Amino acid sequence: MAEARTLVAGSARGPALVLDEPLSFWGGIDPATGEVIDVRHPQRGANVAGRVLVLPSGRGSSSSSSVLAECVRAGTAPAAIVLSETDPILALGAIVARELYGRTIPVVVSGARGPRDGDVVTVRAEAAGVEIVG
Amino acid sequence: MPVELSEADRSRLSGDHGEAAALAMRILVETAGVMGAERLIDVASAHVDGCLYHGLAGLEFAERLVSGGARVSVPTTLNVSSLDLLHPERGRGDPAAAANARRQMDLYVAMGCRPTWTCAPYQLPQRPSFGQHVAWAESNAIVFCNSVLGARTNRYGDFIDVCAAIAGRAPLAGLHLDDERRARLVLRLDGVTPRLLASDAPYPVLGHLLGREAGTAVAAIAGLPPDTSEDRLKAIGAAAASSGSVGMFHAVGITPEAPTLDAATGGDETPVVAVTPERLRAARDELATATGDELGAVSVGTPHASLAELERVAGLVAGRRPLVPFYVNTGRDVLAEAERRDWFASLQAAGIEIVTDTCTYLTPVMDLGRGTVMTDSGKWAWYAPANIGVDVVIGGLEECVASAAAGRVVRDESIWADG
Repeated sequence: MAEARTLVAGSARGPALVLDEPLSFWGGIDPATGEVIDVRHPQRGANVAGRVLVLPSGRGSSSSSSVLAECVRAGTAPAAIVLSETDPILALGAIVARELYGRTIPVVVSGARGPRDGDVVTVRAEAAGVEIVG
Repeated sequence: MPVELSEADRSRLSGDHGEAAALAMRILVETAGVMGAERLIDVASAHVDGCLYHGLAGLEFAERLVSGGARVSVPTTLNVSSLDLLHPERGRGDPAAAANARRQMDLYVAMGCRPTWTCAPYQLPQRPSFGQHVAWAESNAIVFCNSVLGARTNRYGDFIDVCAAIAGRAPLAGLHLDDERRARLVLRLDGVTPRLLASDAPYPVLGHLLGREAGTAVAAIAGLPPDTSEDRLKAIGAAAASSGSVGMFHAVGITPEAPTLDAATGGDETPVVAVTPERLRAARDELATATGDELGAVSVGTPHASLAELERVAGLVAGRRPLVPFYVNTGRDVLAEAERRDWFASLQAAGIEIVTDTCTYLTPVMDLGRGTVMTDSGKWAWYAPANIGVDVVIGGLEECVASAAAGRVVRDESIWADG
């Protein structure tokens, strides 16, 4: 398990959505709604908007950074993203969305076990460390 | 640990080269931190994926760069967009979205990028040389660049691609480093017959399995024929970068950093996954969303068809007339070459629909009747069901042409038999 680490700093609260498999935002999420549209994903039909999105990693497409930034613009983005391993493409989407729209989506790598699906949690991500609390 | 910056980097960051250069450098430096890079390095070229319209965020980012005076500082090619500029009559999408998409394309050209509009920049004449550091986006191009060319790029996403092109710099991390390019996993073909490997059919399927097994890791594939073509390696990489996050693979005895298995792994003990005909059949079936033989259209050329692939299609369709629409996606530069060849007339005579600058799974260009779309691409099969709402089956190029001619899905099951 990777060490807990802040990729993009910030603080957010929301109900956790725990994905069982990696997800490519491009081709995997409809930015107009936040819905998971990847037909082979076990959580197809779930909605990431406003959730603390917990997932093993991103997947595939290099356009996922654009789709995450578009979700932020459209108000369909997750409240925070909690990864099992570093994913620069998703972090990049959050970094650019903050530059463009001044809205912050904290992105972290969670060292310990992440939250359970449905738990309402607060993610505090700072350079010094990561805190995920109920 | 903070990223160590050169004097020129700091000058850009502080705005000496304009607002856009400063924005590009801010994004590069923060992403370099995410990637654990100690410093930035020079890149020789860039391939930019951010020209494809996904909504206003990407357009507004490009507007902000152009209004801040952005110019790319290294040779930069552009990926596909959602518009076929050479065949605009094909566009069936929302006109407002098409206007935004066009605006976004124009902005990237205004920054000095070349309007190549292809996801296969490695088919263009000047491709990166072995060992050269570049900043490429587009998942299939990244894999090809690292694996087949032996040039070095990370999995760069939209936004940082053009930032790297503007600054001529990229974070020194990941696949730019020797150690990170070693295979951590081996896929060993086990009982896969020479007959199956002689057809196109297993390569995208093997790539799909590679993506599933490797995830983000570099893997080595052992047991492929030494003369495996670039087009087949392209098919493996594109599928692996769809079902997984693969940025590089080795094909032992084929790709330049894997003359031997030991060279690929660095001699380290590496877990081995056996790839049997049974596993390949399962991976093939996982890529399909339909059963039965109803066929609505055929789409090949994802990533964009090479000149060799266009010539193969021309040879296979010569004297035949498909009963369903048959689309081939390719780059405009490759098309210009193809138009000068004698065999090109066969494509036209057979009514093959050539799509450039975009791809049939990105945007509504296909004339879809009822039924499934057959493709020779693992990447197309992976994304098209969600992107454009079609069912898919996968087969080799010969099976795709035979199916189009028959008006129903025709597959040669016998080639998939156990050895």
